Amino acid sequence: MTMADRLQTSAVGTGTVRLDGPDKVRGLAPYAYEHPVDDPVFLSPVQAEIARGRAVDIDTSAAEASAGVVHVLTPTNAPELADTEDGELAILRSNEIGFRGQYLGAVIAETPEQARHAAELITVSYVQDDHDVELREDHPGAREPESGPGEITVGDFGAAFAEAEIRIDARYSTPMEHNNPMEPHTTIARWDGSTLTLWASTQGVHPARSTLAPILGIDPDRIRIISPHVGGGFGSKGVPHADMMLTVLAALALPERAVKHAVTRQQMFSITGYRAPTLQHVRLGARSDGTITALGFDAVAMSSQTKEFPELAIKPARIMYSGDNRRLTQRVVPLDVPVPSWMRAPGETPGMVGLEIAMDELAEATGIDPIELRIRNDTPTDPETGRSFNRRRLADCLRLGAERFEWGERNPEPRSRCRGEWLIGTGVASATYPANRQAGSVARIRFTKDGYEVAIGAADIGTGTWTALTQVAADALEVPGAEVRLRIGDTDLPNATVAGGSTGLASWSAAVLTAAQTFRSLHGHDPEIGAEAEGKAEENPAAETHSLHSFGAHFAEVRVHEATGEIRVNRMLGVFSAGRIVNPRTARSQFVGGMTMGLGMALMEISELDPRFGHVVNHDLAEYHVPTNADVPAIEATWLDEEDPLAGPLGARGIGEIGIVGAAAAIANAAHHATGVRCRDLPLLADAFLPNT
Amino acid sequence: MRPFDYHRAADTDDALTALADRPDAVYLAGGTNLVDHLKLGIVAPDLVVDISRLDLDEVRELDDHGLRIGAMVRNSDLAAHPLVRRHYPMLSRALLSGASGQLRNAATTGGNLLQRTRCLYFQDASTPCNKREPGTGCSALEGFTRNHAILGASPSCVATHPSDMAIAMAALDAEVIVLTRDGERRIPVVDLHRLPGEEPDRDTVLDHGDLIVAVVLPAPGRGRSTYRKIRDRASYAFALVSVAARLDLDESGQIREAAIALGGVAHKPWRATRAEEVLRGAEPKRESFTLAAEAELESAWPLPGNAFKVPMARGAIVSVLTELATEPTEATELSRPGERTATTEGADDDG
Amino acid sequence: MDYSLHLGVDGTEHTLTVDARTTLLDALRDRLGVMSPKKGCDHGQCGACTVLIDGRRQNSCLALALSHDGAQVTTANGLAEDDELSDLQRSFLDHDAFQCGYCTPGQVCSAAGMLAEADRGAPSAVTEDLAAEDLQRPELSAAEVRERMSGNLCRCGAYVNIVAAIQEAAAHRTADRRPAHDGPAPQPAARATAEEPR
Repeated sequence: MTMADRLQTSAVGTGTVRLDGPDKVRGLAPYAYEHPVDDPVFLSPVQAEIARGRAVDIDTSAAEASAGVVHVLTPTNAPELADTEDGELAILRSNEIGFRGQYLGAVIAETPEQARHAAELITVSYVQDDHDVELREDHPGAREPESGPGEITVGDFGAAFAEAEIRIDARYSTPMEHNNPMEPHTTIARWDGSTLTLWASTQGVHPARSTLAPILGIDPDRIRIISPHVGGGFGSKGVPHADMMLTVLAALALPERAVKHAVTRQQMFSITGYRAPTLQHVRLGARSDGTITALGFDAVAMSSQTKEFPELAIKPARIMYSGDNRRLTQRVVPLDVPVPSWMRAPGETPGMVGLEIAMDELAEATGIDPIELRIRNDTPTDPETGRSFNRRRLADCLRLGAERFEWGERNPEPRSRCRGEWLIGTGVASATYPANRQAGSVARIRFTKDGYEVAIGAADIGTGTWTALTQVAADALEVPGAEVRLRIGDTDLPNATVAGGSTGLASWSAAVLTAAQTFRSLHGHDPEIGAEAEGKAEENPAAETHSLHSFGAHFAEVRVHEATGEIRVNRMLGVFSAGRIVNPRTARSQFVGGMTMGLGMALMEISELDPRFGHVVNHDLAEYHVPTNADVPAIEATWLDEEDPLAGPLGARGIGEIGIVGAAAAIANAAHHATGVRCRDLPLLADAFLPNT
Repeated sequence: MRPFDYHRAADTDDALTALADRPDAVYLAGGTNLVDHLKLGIVAPDLVVDISRLDLDEVRELDDHGLRIGAMVRNSDLAAHPLVRRHYPMLSRALLSGASGQLRNAATTGGNLLQRTRCLYFQDASTPCNKREPGTGCSALEGFTRNHAILGASPSCVATHPSDMAIAMAALDAEVIVLTRDGERRIPVVDLHRLPGEEPDRDTVLDHGDLIVAVVLPAPGRGRSTYRKIRDRASYAFALVSVAARLDLDESGQIREAAIALGGVAHKPWRATRAEEVLRGAEPKRESFTLAAEAELESAWPLPGNAFKVPMARGAIVSVLTELATEPTEATELSRPGERTATTEGADDDG
Repeated sequence: MDYSLHLGVDGTEHTLTVDARTTLLDALRDRLGVMSPKKGCDHGQCGACTVLIDGRRQNSCLALALSHDGAQVTTANGLAEDDELSDLQRSFLDHDAFQCGYCTPGQVCSAAGMLAEADRGAPSAVTEDLAAEDLQRPELSAAEVRERMSGNLCRCGAYVNIVAAIQEAAAHRTADRRPAHDGPAPQPAARATAEEPR
């Protein structure tokens, strides 16, 4: 079976209003907690209050005697696990403590108030060991990531850098950040003795099942996960975290009861993943015309002793700019901290902070306009592998953005504009994200009396899958969208890969397109009721021959108050080259949403890990600042009109992540232009712009 | 959250009686602070006495042209009240700078005065805190201190008072009317809150069961006034530094009187009396404002994590006083022509 | 201890028994199965739980249910009549003013409450002249809408679309309410940030 070379589009490319929208503006679309279940009980966890050591005694007597308590789960009575390799998910195996906030047990009670109160009644005695939660560049525990790469070398960086006419040598840092989707991670779990049913907030029902099944020793066929609507994830719901496992263990202990467990906002800061902080040492050697001759990028990221997660900040430097001599190193430092995980464009997002501020510094040092500098160092081939790109249009994005943003009006001199007491500046940065597609998704198309039912276990985490995949299916079947009934978010549907890495729509669409083609070849255009066909997404062959990436450009204007240091963004523009845009209405929202999160990263987001206690002390939404409406000015996103044949018949690349990549650097560069202050550590708080005394 | 009983007070006598013999009972008004703290497990009453429906929700003009504000007047209603907007715009703006629209609809005047610190360690029952559990130590002192005090703190507590409204009331010389079992007390707002000293667990001079029934504002002072809040995001965040200020110039253009209170810098609304003294009779110009700010901040005792608050507070004081001393004019941008209008709009965000 | 409580929710009257600790949000979600208001933070720090209590927007997570005995509660679902979405809800759809949808019912309730506040002449922190005699129906500039809606966090970053959606609904409401003899209805405010995607 071969797929058509190109999809003939009719629905694809139009801004269909979200099909799940009418329910969502009324609050009727059910998220994980909201599925009606009989006989619910409520779970409240007990968490470690030391960062390393052992719980020598967990006294549950008062909790067990407390009103409404049905069960108290501890390492002593927790159900057995078949596989304990995964340090994050193999919970309640012993009383050893690897990070503050680690689960030590849980109370299950008839009401949420009773569960929470009883959990507070549990007293834990500890033997405390010294803990280490501080990331340092020279940390003795720094090591290459288990999954690599630890070092990438092209040419002779050392010699080229030493000989370079102009050298930039600077250190940058990005902080610990928490995804903080608005819907806290939630699971309802029920075990009826043979089947485990989960209503869960997850970016992939099938991947979550494949992860849980071997650990639990339960056949995947006896696990069903349902997740039609997900209240945001940004990576944090991409893999199951310990909260899901804890709920499952409670359900196994209480057959026939539906155990409901919504993680509290505070608990999310130790349980559901985060972006690991990074330290970046960037060295750029260049000729006076701006041509980069040497590129060095050394990144160190926090990881956890409990389970490794490598925040690969070197990723974007591998492909962004030319330069014959390159040396990139990546280290991780496993510490006594919660387990990091995916957060919107892991690797690229922090990595572009150091690289793109360094480029601004190089522009300043060479006196070359920062856009021109980037264009001069554009490269038609992957500087590491020599492979061709899939039509790399970075320069087009920069040029279009420059025109739209009126970059030409800019006086490059820092502190050259003000309004009242506000200093005003503009900045630019590049954006990039790999265009990956995953193999393995299966779509099933069935003709019913209501039209074409298209079934695939895909997820809509706010990305617009309900709408965009319906559009794809409609065009694949050559019928109006109204004749397609999409079903997603259930392991009873055919297998789907995760909504992550900006691969979702491209990967699922590949399955839907194949299924549609098979359906038509088997059943023609006038099928019988009940006619059915399946299609599977295969590997993208172009991934073997080309370097597949999206590119873009961010522009930002900021103002900084001269007297108080306050910094605010006035306007932002993003221009993206991302292949075919399936739904301009929802696509624009994703780009702008990524840029908005980039604004938060630039100006306010930081999880303050107190080294004495080992936990994030600003663990709520009052003190972990995400942007409010008032922080977000006119943000515009636009894109190049194109399709990418190397991405597959749909011609589309993923767009969920590129919007954040580079956005923070554009803002940091604008802040420098406004004030003359070069900030190399995010976030850019007011302190940076105030005098020292 | 420990189980508790609930009682809706019929009147103020009933409320006072309900708390009289119950040391672990608390009043509930708007709930925005208490319910938060119940969930955090940092307050554990056995009885909650709901005073939210007491007949204390009136704003009344007094014969001396002052204003009596009932303790149950909601923050949003007080901010929007025509007399407050017209005669006490500083108070209106302070209220509107606090929290969010929906929180201001719930929060009351009395409750706002009594809201407790946002110190992260006070709010985290898993860490030591002298305010929450006297004698356990202050976790903030060597911890994360961005929100903490630079003035009037003690080694046992460096927390700040979080209200915006109270800062304006301190600058306005407002008084609090409190019902106690022994009768009515009038307490100036500047004396209501304490400095932490050795007893940081006591936020105010009130005793258990005392009930704030009203706040009285004296007749509006002369001159122009405003409230400016500096924070890490544009809205819905607590103050790093805030300034409530009124500046009154005499016929010759000299400063007759200034009233200044600072928020975000101390355990209580900080009345900047030293700055006020420096300004009395001075020229209303930048140099005087800087001298005044420096006089006030001379006694600042910043921590490593919040030393920035000293220049920030100085900058904010000078900026606010300069604004008050200058006739309002459209700020003009010093730049080349042809700038985008978005610039103008953005810059206007900061009211 | 348990207490009896009466609540009207979206036009339906309920009598229920609750633990004194139960918040209005938990009474709605866990006792009555009314899932439209969401729990995002449970501490008044995100606005996802916003409902209208007797017509005023409030965070239901910080309201003890018993304190609101006898109240009429309106959720986003209650703002729609039968199957007919409100103007505001339709405007949210048109402008794609949400992505995951979790904060959306709170945004919609907050916007409805906010527009009613503006109709009553309530100022905001960015209102230039607080002392103005008549603040009735102040023009809701983008800056005004942003500030007034800042109690509702949206992590997907739909703010620019939320502002556009609310400004359009606000313009319609002004047009609807303007008396006929006042002359022609004003043109809807320019959709500053919501032009068709390119």
